[in-house]
Amino acid sequence: MPIIQYDNVCKKFDNSGRLAVDHVSAQIEKGEFITILGSSGCGKTTLLKLTNRLYDPDEGKVLVDGENIANVDPVALRRRLGYVIQQVGLFPHMTIRDNITVIPQLMKWDKKRMDERADELLTLVGLAPSEYRDRYPHQLSGGQQQRVGLARALVLDPEILLMDEPFGAIDAITRLNLQNEFMKIQEGLGKTILFVTHDINEAFKLGSRVMVMNEGKLLQFDTPAEIVKNPADSFVRSLIEAARSQEEFWENVR
Amino acid sequence: MVQKIAEYIATHPQQLAEQIAAHIGISLFALFVAALIGIPCGCLAAKLQKGEAVITAPFEMLRVVPSLAVLILLIPIMGTGVPPAVTALMILAVPPVLLNTIVGFRTIPDFMIESARGIGMTESELFWRVKIPCALPMILAGLRTALVEVVASTTLAAKIGAGGLGEIIFTGLGLYRMDLLVLGGGLVAILSLASGWVFDILTRRMLRYKYV
Repeated sequence: MPIIQYDNVCKKFDNSGRLAVDHVSAQIEKGEFITILGSSGCGKTTLLKLTNRLYDPDEGKVLVDGENIANVDPVALRRRLGYVIQQVGLFPHMTIRDNITVIPQLMKWDKKRMDERADELLTLVGLAPSEYRDRYPHQLSGGQQQRVGLARALVLDPEILLMDEPFGAIDAITRLNLQNEFMKIQEGLGKTILFVTHDINEAFKLGSRVMVMNEGKLLQFDTPAEIVKNPADSFVRSLIEAARSQEEFWENVR
Repeated sequence: MVQKIAEYIATHPQQLAEQIAAHIGISLFALFVAALIGIPCGCLAAKLQKGEAVITAPFEMLRVVPSLAVLILLIPIMGTGVPPAVTALMILAVPPVLLNTIVGFRTIPDFMIESARGIGMTESELFWRVKIPCALPMILAGLRTALVEVVASTTLAAKIGAGGLGEIIFTGLGLYRMDLLVLGGGLVAILSLASGWVFDILTRRMLRYKYV
């Protein structure tokens, strides 16, 4: 049974003439690292938000663990799915520890368990707990904030992680480090990940399978190697050619 | 003049202390009522997409009426003493609190709210844990503006027998006593500045995270 299944999902926004997500069907197996690739406005973020009911589909359905999420309480669903966004969205008035454990606090975990969990997660994402747990978000760099964002998403140990361009606003060097570290973390955790990005290199590097989207449609959903070998249509081909031409620049300089 | 003022302070310590206490009491009470009205109305107005003016317009129209006129107009309804004084001052204090509350809620970034929902907060958890704290700096700034204005204007309360430092000033006006005018006016000015200063200290305490 697929852990996430999109069944002819459509979403239309009131102010737009076309569908933001246009009859998307796809199945994701447990433990897969799926990247969703497309330019801005292609519907990739919308598809992600349809997965944790930040949006509800106008047509079709989304199944998580075989269950139509339209019938699941959104708050309960979201606590089962980790969620990380580009702007991180740490709460400025809470310490790093409180940011990580904000949902456990609401669920009335005991203090000791929360402190241990926060320290454990800080260590996992590569921040020394003793140094960072009592700081406030504005005292951290963008890359460090995103590490905390990841820790916060992992606090309830969700099976699925939804990530919306998490490294999009981070400089190239830090981004590379974060990507590599995140791949390592993922190997240990074995989560199912949906990772939205507009960066083809990031999508192909991280994804075990890649969803290529354009204008709301899912054009191709396959392994990176297969997409490069057999692009589904002219859009996918042009995407790959664009990435290649960048590559050429570096080759020529060498 | 300085000697006269010193003499007055020396001979009326009890009375002065009472006037200062009444002045502070009336001001704080008016601010409290203004907060009780302005903050919830601000929350509500920030939620309404277009109907915001329905809430803000009445308060802004009332604000235009001079406080002295409000006091006189209130006499037939509320009589004299503290209640009409607090009402008139409250009318003065609500707009800054109300408008700042609206701005405070409106300027919370969308992504902050999205991330709170995304990690699984209910709407009420989102409101109390995220929206209120994020809007708090603006709300406090509005309260501060209102406080300083109210402390200065509480002078008028003496006009309808509610007490406060206005008593010294109005006595001075009646008797052409410059020393009383300077003393009363000076004390009001000091009180007004000091209240802003004390409020800043409290604000820094409440928003400690901003200053680390």
